[in-house]
Amino acid sequence: MKRAGAGLAAVGLLLALCGPAVAVQPDEMLADPALEARARDLSAELRCMVCQNQSIDDSDAELARDLRVLVRERIEAGDSDAEVLDYVVSRYGEFVLLKPRFSPRNAVLWATPALFLLGGGILAFLAFRRRGGKATAGLSAEEEAALRKVLERNE
Amino acid sequence: MSVELGHFALVLALALALVQSAAPLMGARIGSLPLMRVGEPVAITGFALVAAAFAALVLAYVQSDFSVLNVWENSHSAKPLLFKITGAWGNHEGSMLLWVLILALFGALVAAFGRNLPPTLKANVLAVQGLIASAFLLFILFTSNPFNRLQPAPIEGRDLNPILQDIGLAIHPPLLYLGYVGFSISFSFAVAALIEGRIDAAWARWVRPWTLAAWAFLTGGIAMGSYWAYYELGWGGFWFWDPVENASFLPWLSGTALLHSAIVMEKRSALKIWTVLLAILTFSLSLLGTFLVRSGVLTSVHTFASDPTRGVFILAILVFFIGGALALFAVRAAALAPGGLFHPISREGALVLNNLLLTTAAATVLVGTLYPLLIEALTGEKISVGAPFFNLTFVPLFLPLLVAVPFGPLLAWKRGDLLAAAQRLQIAFAAAALSGIVSYFLMDRASAFAALGLALGLWLIFGALTDLCLKIGIGKVPPSVALGRLAGLPLSMFGTALAHAGLGLTALGVVAVTTLEAESILTMRPGQVAEIGGYSLTFENLRPFTGPNYTEDRAVFAVTGEGGASLGEIVSSKRFYAARGMPTTEAGIRTFGLSQLYVSIGDETASGLVVRIWWKPLVTLIWLGALVMMVGGAVSLFDRRLRVGVPARRKLAVAAAGEGA
Repeated sequence: MKRAGAGLAAVGLLLALCGPAVAVQPDEMLADPALEARARDLSAELRCMVCQNQSIDDSDAELARDLRVLVRERIEAGDSDAEVLDYVVSRYGEFVLLKPRFSPRNAVLWATPALFLLGGGILAFLAFRRRGGKATAGLSAEEEAALRKVLERNE
Repeated sequence: MSVELGHFALVLALALALVQSAAPLMGARIGSLPLMRVGEPVAITGFALVAAAFAALVLAYVQSDFSVLNVWENSHSAKPLLFKITGAWGNHEGSMLLWVLILALFGALVAAFGRNLPPTLKANVLAVQGLIASAFLLFILFTSNPFNRLQPAPIEGRDLNPILQDIGLAIHPPLLYLGYVGFSISFSFAVAALIEGRIDAAWARWVRPWTLAAWAFLTGGIAMGSYWAYYELGWGGFWFWDPVENASFLPWLSGTALLHSAIVMEKRSALKIWTVLLAILTFSLSLLGTFLVRSGVLTSVHTFASDPTRGVFILAILVFFIGGALALFAVRAAALAPGGLFHPISREGALVLNNLLLTTAAATVLVGTLYPLLIEALTGEKISVGAPFFNLTFVPLFLPLLVAVPFGPLLAWKRGDLLAAAQRLQIAFAAAALSGIVSYFLMDRASAFAALGLALGLWLIFGALTDLCLKIGIGKVPPSVALGRLAGLPLSMFGTALAHAGLGLTALGVVAVTTLEAESILTMRPGQVAEIGGYSLTFENLRPFTGPNYTEDRAVFAVTGEGGASLGEIVSSKRFYAARGMPTTEAGIRTFGLSQLYVSIGDETASGLVVRIWWKPLVTLIWLGALVMMVGGAVSLFDRRLRVGVPARRKLAVAAAGEGA
């Protein structure tokens, strides 16, 4: 449903830029399967910057191809995964990361799930306690008397 | 001529919608029954007028009337008839008209079938519906009129985007909109209840069928869109966490929460305020989705700023309805008396947990979708929030929900016994765990994660079965009695079990395809063989073919299974649509059991044709599961208990149950 969802209008633009054909080309791939697997995983985290929300692993754009080759060059040069990402970010900015970094600017983004869960949990807990307290409050003297009367009548 | 009639019908529909939003509201306020009654015929006539306008647009498409701007922009005389028809809503203006058509349809349905509704509630509901219709009809007429003419008329159209020339366009948007817009009814009921300041269990009983119907349609719409993207876009993904997808997923998440909290409200008269708020939020998220998709704000805040007419208009609608409803909620919610009490460990408590996790998941997706826009608007910097973020945050929120699902239906109302529920789920748990362990040792490629995921999916399915078995007393009573009870079980219980099992099927499919998928990217020359997932694909040839409005190169692959048995062929092609100068890939897909082989082709290079082949185990379960969920919703919908005004059968059923006890 990606671009074909309700966003029919967005479809044309996206595909005109990025094309729907096969993205990763056989001639780009590294001979070592372990290194290639790392390259694929890293590619899935990097954005094709001329596309709409598409990773360089999915995109057929020229720029995506250049980035894929760059990632593989860095891996072959012995960079760790983090070093590869740092290198790409230093050249293209954080926009290229599909998973934003933990930073003060992105604090709200990353904290949302925990805050919501915690806040919702506390609200639910308080509601239970408040209502629960009411429920377990003993009967008043008048109610006790009324109850006794009813019970006696039944006997 | 018919185009002008359609245009005129739309203007008339606006006039009627304005009457619909004013007269019944006034009538309910001053207690005038005749004035309240105005809403019904007006809603039905309004629907007829919008339907006439829609028919006029479709007719213009079928006749390839290029003097209509919208038709010229999105159609072509050589297009097959089906795509001429579906092209009518394959663009901004047409899809907004479809949106309003469905809105009017729901309003008319309430007017026609809501006979048992209290007159004031019905009047207020229709008034709110009328108000929403007025806003969107104004939007269409002022900023997105599909009936604008073009002078002089061009001889040929610019064709529809080739990606959209697919049966998916015939099914996906109507289903999706039936879901999106269906939630407007829950919204209208919530606002009507707030206007009256009165809400009770009967309210939940009226709202639930509408919510259920909208939810079932939305489930189907999202699944259909997912499958469409899967086969059409040619890279075999089923979910991309694209903002457009998220826009449709958000109302689904909160709609699912609403469905469950409405049950608590109907049965136990609790969670009233929360249910009303969820009803408002769910439709607000539908509106937000419409805004995100229709305003162009997703591409960039700057795109939005450079042509803001449509965006600002929808934003104003958004602010008016969401802001208005929430303000009303803030003022009136306290007046809604709290209902039944319950212990945290109870059916109600389980449903509260369901709501907590679903709304947190929705909030996560919402913030993730909007965060880049927010950062860009505030600081001018651009960041991306994509699939890796959502996988990391959404999945951990959803997993505990999946684990908890089988417990819900087994807990008693008011005060449940978690230990007893766990004991009754022992068999389901053992069966799921055993399957996980066996699969771990059987499949040489299996990771612990895959085995856990498979066990989780099966846990949901077995849990749903356990619920049904316990309800009919299998093992405790003779089979004939159990069978009799099965036949007498309320349909909504089957609905619940089906929906939960469907969720399990979808989970199974997602886990299987993400953990066990095999992929091969290679260049092939005719005669070469590729091996994947136990199948052999022999590339036979690449031959040209001419379709009605495209040309294509078709690559033919012969498929053989284990032992060399021929299994037919797979045809994958690259198409070129001349009118738009656009290429598309048509993936070659063959289904074997529940799994699929998926082939897409790239360019021809010096060393052969670039081919990408996937073996996608159990992938069809993703969509079959959604279909089962949808069927579950539909089955529930036919439960007589959900229909108001059928007391006779109900009393009999209660009496029968009394005898049995």
